[in-house]
Amino acid sequence: MGSMVYLKNVATLGIDTSKCTGCGMCLDVCPHNVFKMNGKAVMIVDRDACMECGACSKNCPAGALQVQSGVGCAAAVINGMLGRNGGECCCGPQTDGTDSVKSGGACCS
Amino acid sequence: MEENKKSIDGGDKFVFPVIQEQPSCGCGGNAAPANASAIPGLDQSFIMGSIATPAGPLPRVSSQLTRKDHWGTIKTRLGAGRMNYAIDPGLYALGDPADQSPVLVTANYKLSFDYLRRELAGINAWILVLDTRGINVWCAAGKGTFGTKELIDRIETSGLKNVVSHRKIILPQLGAPGVAAHLIKQFTGFKVHYGPVRSEDLPAYLDAGLKATKEMRIVTFPLKERVVLIPIELIATAKPFILISIALIILAGLLGRSGFQTGVFNNGLFAVSALFLAILGGTVLIPLLLPYLFGRAFSVKGLFVGLVIAVGLIYLRGMDLQIWPGKMEALSWLLMIPAISAYLAMNFTGASTYTSLSGVKKEMRFALPLEIGGVILGLVTWITSLIIAWEL
Repeated sequence: MGSMVYLKNVATLGIDTSKCTGCGMCLDVCPHNVFKMNGKAVMIVDRDACMECGACSKNCPAGALQVQSGVGCAAAVINGMLGRNGGECCCGPQTDGTDSVKSGGACCS
Repeated sequence: MEENKKSIDGGDKFVFPVIQEQPSCGCGGNAAPANASAIPGLDQSFIMGSIATPAGPLPRVSSQLTRKDHWGTIKTRLGAGRMNYAIDPGLYALGDPADQSPVLVTANYKLSFDYLRRELAGINAWILVLDTRGINVWCAAGKGTFGTKELIDRIETSGLKNVVSHRKIILPQLGAPGVAAHLIKQFTGFKVHYGPVRSEDLPAYLDAGLKATKEMRIVTFPLKERVVLIPIELIATAKPFILISIALIILAGLLGRSGFQTGVFNNGLFAVSALFLAILGGTVLIPLLLPYLFGRAFSVKGLFVGLVIAVGLIYLRGMDLQIWPGKMEALSWLLMIPAISAYLAMNFTGASTYTSLSGVKKEMRFALPLEIGGVILGLVTWITSLIIAWEL
């Protein structure tokens, strides 16, 4: 398998180690193995693998993790720029009552 | 605890104090109110009878998918009815579960529901289906519809507390971006266990006493998963392809040196083929070859695929690079094909499992202007090549 790593040095993930209680929840929910337990607190070992899904910060009971989460979907960003479909990804029902429009990308199949 | 519980029971206007709605991608935010009836319909096509529970008769399903289920999957993958493939939210019985049986939570996208039960052959379990408006777990979690509030509400309205004697629920790990496990515990008493990423690992996860291995926790994007996305990527381009093809054919005809028909045959059909190959590059080759292509940014991968296609086409057409019309025609396709492939490749970020929003935005800042510029410049060059051919 070749490389499946996205752009370097872009992920907005941050940790406040002083708040971390070492519960390990982020280790469970991270789908890209970004964290590692380092003694009594967690550390970020592979920030470039972070896809900013927000699972870790959402599930951190101590509020030690921050990430500007969102869906890494170009179609959604374009929709947002055009003010279309509420800046959503390709998927889902239109909220304005018109029929669903498929506008590129299959992020939600 | 008691206070929290009361406030939820207190009325349907309960406003969750802690949770922020996901700002981006609030898909279907107000499309439909949560299903009023707590018990899923027993008349849905995939239901095999019912099971008596303290919460009333609940629909029973099998881990065996029927021919109808499979046909629905195929249609959905081809884009037909994909946006309307929802099942009733609520509690379902898989096989013959008892009050000690595990509870698995999923989305009300039928494909998600089918993939889950398919992997649970011989296992008796409860399946709690959240109302995600027919969107899969991963996307719905990103949007917040597979979310903390919906899960709390669904636990209450489904009667789960009366149906099971334990207080454990298993969520797909990919639902974690939408659900704060500690708040579920706080408001409902249920402890959230995040199961594996892939439903195929569920039996092993259950056998191990709700323990996932490291491999089970990692999202991959193997060939099999990329291939099933190709049809929908391709079909999404059909309408623009047809419209642009018509425009190209008319242009080639009008600018034809020796009449409309010759123009269409000499240049129009080639232009349509070139467009078609550029689309194939972005929607078929990109998913197939994703890990092996040069570059990290998807648009860079698409750019190189497009360049290879363009060079191949120029060679096959035997363009005369000694004369200006030939040079300009070659240049026009070297601009347009990579731009189109790069654009479509960039759109595949939404389907991939590892691109971050920050990365996509960074990529788009340089790629989108180049893609638009490439197409416009290429089109102008192509038209010019047709016009200067008149002089020869």
